[in-house]
Amino acid sequence: MGWVSTHAHFLGNSGLLSSNDCASNLNLKTLLPPRLRSSRVRSGEARKVVAFHGLRRPPYKLDALEPYMSQKMVEMHWGEYQRAYVEGLNKQLEKNNILYGCTMDELVTVTYNNGNPLPEFNNAAQVWNHDFFWESMQPGGGDIPKQGLLQQIEKDFGSFLDFREQFIEAALSLFGSGWVWLVLKRQKKKLEVVKTSNAITPLVWDDIPILALDVWEHAYYPDYKNDRSSYVNAFLDHLVSWNVATGRMIRAEAFVNLGEPTIPVA
Amino acid sequence: MALRTVFSRRTLASLRSGLCSSISPIGNRSLVTFSLPDLPYDYGALEPAISGEIMQLHHQKHHQTYVTNYNKALEQLEEAANKGDAPAVVKLQSAIKFNGGGHINHSIFWQNLAPVREGGGEPPKGSLGWGIDEHFGSLEALVSKMNAEGAALQGSGWVWLGLDKELKKLVVETTANQDPLVTKGPLVPLLGIDVWEHAYYLQYKNVRPDYLKNIWKVINWKYASKVYEKECA
Repeated sequence: MGWVSTHAHFLGNSGLLSSNDCASNLNLKTLLPPRLRSSRVRSGEARKVVAFHGLRRPPYKLDALEPYMSQKMVEMHWGEYQRAYVEGLNKQLEKNNILYGCTMDELVTVTYNNGNPLPEFNNAAQVWNHDFFWESMQPGGGDIPKQGLLQQIEKDFGSFLDFREQFIEAALSLFGSGWVWLVLKRQKKKLEVVKTSNAITPLVWDDIPILALDVWEHAYYPDYKNDRSSYVNAFLDHLVSWNVATGRMIRAEAFVNLGEPTIPVA
Repeated sequence: MALRTVFSRRTLASLRSGLCSSISPIGNRSLVTFSLPDLPYDYGALEPAISGEIMQLHHQKHHQTYVTNYNKALEQLEEAANKGDAPAVVKLQSAIKFNGGGHINHSIFWQNLAPVREGGGEPPKGSLGWGIDEHFGSLEALVSKMNAEGAALQGSGWVWLGLDKELKKLVVETTANQDPLVTKGPLVPLLGIDVWEHAYYLQYKNVRPDYLKNIWKVINWKYASKVYEKECA
């Protein structure tokens, strides 16, 4: 994962907001994490900032998801589309020093700007989403979750098949470009299937994503053309990594009290 | 070799009737169903600007799916409305907007394109040409503007050249997903460019600006002029 320098040279807000932005009165500092709000961090040293986010490799070879995702398609999706988002983001950050110290998560929530997204949001969120997506899959994936996660799914959806149906229905009824998520809702303390448009991610609502499926056309068009249904089924049957999902759930339990029964670690 | 024969250029009137071309009775009332309009040219006729593979998939799969699902949604709507099922009626609105919009937009899109040998790419003459010069400065300026807005559109949608009926001026607008231009105001669509990924991915990959640059070579200004003159008459 790319790293960011925490020493930032404060050059003022001029590059931050687009000229069309009606939130020019917005005090962006309030959205930043506390450690970056002090101007002592930002001003003073005239050190050149190097804010750099990298193109993170998927945790498997690019041909590992065949035949459900061809190597060519993965190379295109990761190597060209995601790379374009990363490069776009880096170029935007070159002009915008306030965002330098942010981690990827923070960047997404800060640039979302409570529903009035800044120009960097699209790139930042898409980089985050795609990293999350590649990690949500594994070669030889599919099957069903085990033990604790399965119990939680059965508790929140009725049965695994109900969850699967809801997930597929969400993917097929998402009009346009977007993502389908299995997400742990913090307030409701339960798992839900959620669909989002374009680059939006449940992170912006402070919920905890457990799985993601990219349903932008570029994610499936070379292999499946307009047959989104086959793509979603292939994802659920052969690609989804319940191991990773379980790991994410375990971590999420540290933040959300899911009550009885306590979920034993698989 | 495309199986489709080349049909005579459709007039505006027949386009309208093509949009609702069959009536099939359902129950006690007859519901107008919609069908896929034929392309006025072969799938491969727009090469090299748009590949035959894209045209075939775009027409036979994507547009057909919109038509099929639109008809299904209308059927369900009629049923729900007859039963007085308000929640069901409201729930169907997004499917109707999406699939109906998809059918409307693509029906216009096929008319917006023409093979080079049939005038595709020839600049507009007459009143539309003057209108463009008046509102945008020049045709090049209009093309730049539409390309810029089309490239900047995030996700899926359309970029349009429309005529504001009330203000009597030409405008460039974008719509998201399959929203038809009427959702943006009293606008008549003259020219629409599909910037969904399915419209260019197989040929241009993720380089949407190249697709936008090349599509002007097959834009059918004659159709846009006809619509414009009719509205301004």
